[in-house]
Amino acid sequence: MTQELPFELEKVPILDELLEEQERLFKQAQLRKRIMKIGLLVVNSILAVVTLFPLIYAITMSLKTPGEIYTTDFQLLPAVPQFSNYVNAFQTAPLGRFILNSFIVAIAITIGQLLSGALAAFSFEFLNSRFKEVIFALVLATMMVPGEATIVSNYLQVAGWGWLDSYHVLIIPYLTSASTIFLLRQFYKSFPFTLYEAARIDGCSNIRFVLTILLPLSKPALGATAVNAFINAWNMYMWPLMVSGSDNYRTVQIGVSMMQSVDSQSIVLMFAGVVFCLLPSLIIFLVGQKALVKGLFSGSVKG
Amino acid sequence: MFTKEKDKHPIFEPYLYLVPAGIILLLFTYWPFLRTIYRSFFITDNRGVEKVFYGLQNYKDLFTSASFQNSIWVTVQFVILVLIVGISIGFITALLCSVAFPGLKFFSTVYALPMAIASSGIAMVFKIMLNQQTGALNQLLNLNVNWLVDPKFALFSLAVITGWLNSGLNFLYFSAALANVDQSLYESASVDGANTWNKFLFVTLPSIRNISFYVFVINIIGAFQSFAQIRILTAGGPGESTNVIVHDIYRNAFQNFRYGLASAESIILFVIIAVLTAIMFAVQNKGAKS
Repeated sequence: MTQELPFELEKVPILDELLEEQERLFKQAQLRKRIMKIGLLVVNSILAVVTLFPLIYAITMSLKTPGEIYTTDFQLLPAVPQFSNYVNAFQTAPLGRFILNSFIVAIAITIGQLLSGALAAFSFEFLNSRFKEVIFALVLATMMVPGEATIVSNYLQVAGWGWLDSYHVLIIPYLTSASTIFLLRQFYKSFPFTLYEAARIDGCSNIRFVLTILLPLSKPALGATAVNAFINAWNMYMWPLMVSGSDNYRTVQIGVSMMQSVDSQSIVLMFAGVVFCLLPSLIIFLVGQKALVKGLFSGSVKG
Repeated sequence: MFTKEKDKHPIFEPYLYLVPAGIILLLFTYWPFLRTIYRSFFITDNRGVEKVFYGLQNYKDLFTSASFQNSIWVTVQFVILVLIVGISIGFITALLCSVAFPGLKFFSTVYALPMAIASSGIAMVFKIMLNQQTGALNQLLNLNVNWLVDPKFALFSLAVITGWLNSGLNFLYFSAALANVDQSLYESASVDGANTWNKFLFVTLPSIRNISFYVFVINIIGAFQSFAQIRILTAGGPGESTNVIVHDIYRNAFQNFRYGLASAESIILFVIIAVLTAIMFAVQNKGAKS
């Protein structure tokens, strides 16, 4: 079969065509990819606007004049932003005090949960004791008990102690949380145990090990649990609603929800208050998002 | 100080580290829980002191009262709606963010954001936003629905808001799960000629089974406990159409001062959640074995 040569010569243009075809297909695939990306961008943009709308709405409403609140046509933006609403809101209600209270409560709860959680998780993971797994199960079981199932008893109990309307009644019941203990223990599982043994051999006491070695090295986990604890504490509603009776100890959640009223004058002020009650936990979330995601899912999530 | 060798582990030392957490849990979870059970067998005065032993009568009263039956039914509907809304938003947004495209980081942040929103604060925004005449929703969609006052819509509105609030955390869980799916499974599925839908059905879904189960459990428990938005937006009304169990507990305890009855309701709520969770774990374990 020596007739190959003429055939091959004939094949050359076909080869070119094939190459062209390949290039065309490649471009088509690229185009499809680009279209998909643009499509994703469009769909996501719409969803993002819908998701953010209540927040944007709260901000623009807080900048409107009372007259602009009750219109029958939709108008997102105020004609002239009324920043004075914020000043007035602080004057009509002790908003500053509410915000301060919320910060005191949320920060104290966060620190308490980290400390009590770190100590308990250390004991569960590093020390040996006969009943530790039983106790650990008991701790986890509290996650099953909804706060609402114990709230009546808790309220009557603290009322009996004369604790109502104080900082400690807002803080102390929340100074520990099973999920914090669980997350920290989960994190300690990947902590090199040899480091602990080496420290012990060098004569380091347990508490010294916790304070000078373990805690500094578990910053990622502490960061994640701190963000989580702060957000939850800041957003508490039912408990502060029941135990705080005066403006002195009202958190911003309760204080602002008491600003709701029907007249438009106070509605713009209420929105200014709402912005202040929403912002801190959102900011903490934005700042700590990376730590939170990393900490929540470090090794604990498997498909 | 540190020259002193302390090789001996005192037998009580491990427990010492549990004391801070233990005291708080004992005082504010275990003991109040036991007290709630105890109180649920009594009629109390308006300061919560047990006066008359009532046996199981509180429970019988509850189960025969039309109001509490309504509360259970409302809660069931509410929880199911919240689950559907919260999990679908979380899952769909996670799917949308599972492929690389410009702006991915921004959108991920937006979708996770609801987990940090205070339910009481945002409830007040919705109160104005859902107003029949002056609210943005009706104006934008050209509707004339009284979302929070019409009994046909009030529970639905609350459930959508609650589902949206829960969707942020769901998004994070689903995103983590989708990122953890073994990529080689997709490749071998492609080799076998599977199309996108088949890959989704036979690779993606089975791979995220465990985490989805976990998301279901926390969403159900969370939905049962929703309170702030219900209290602020409808206070259980109109009529009793949004009077979920938690809100009814609040009403009976802190407005009617019937602490015994409210305690019995609390125990019923606990049992419902515990039984549901146990069933879910049983189903999950059975599925895992087969």
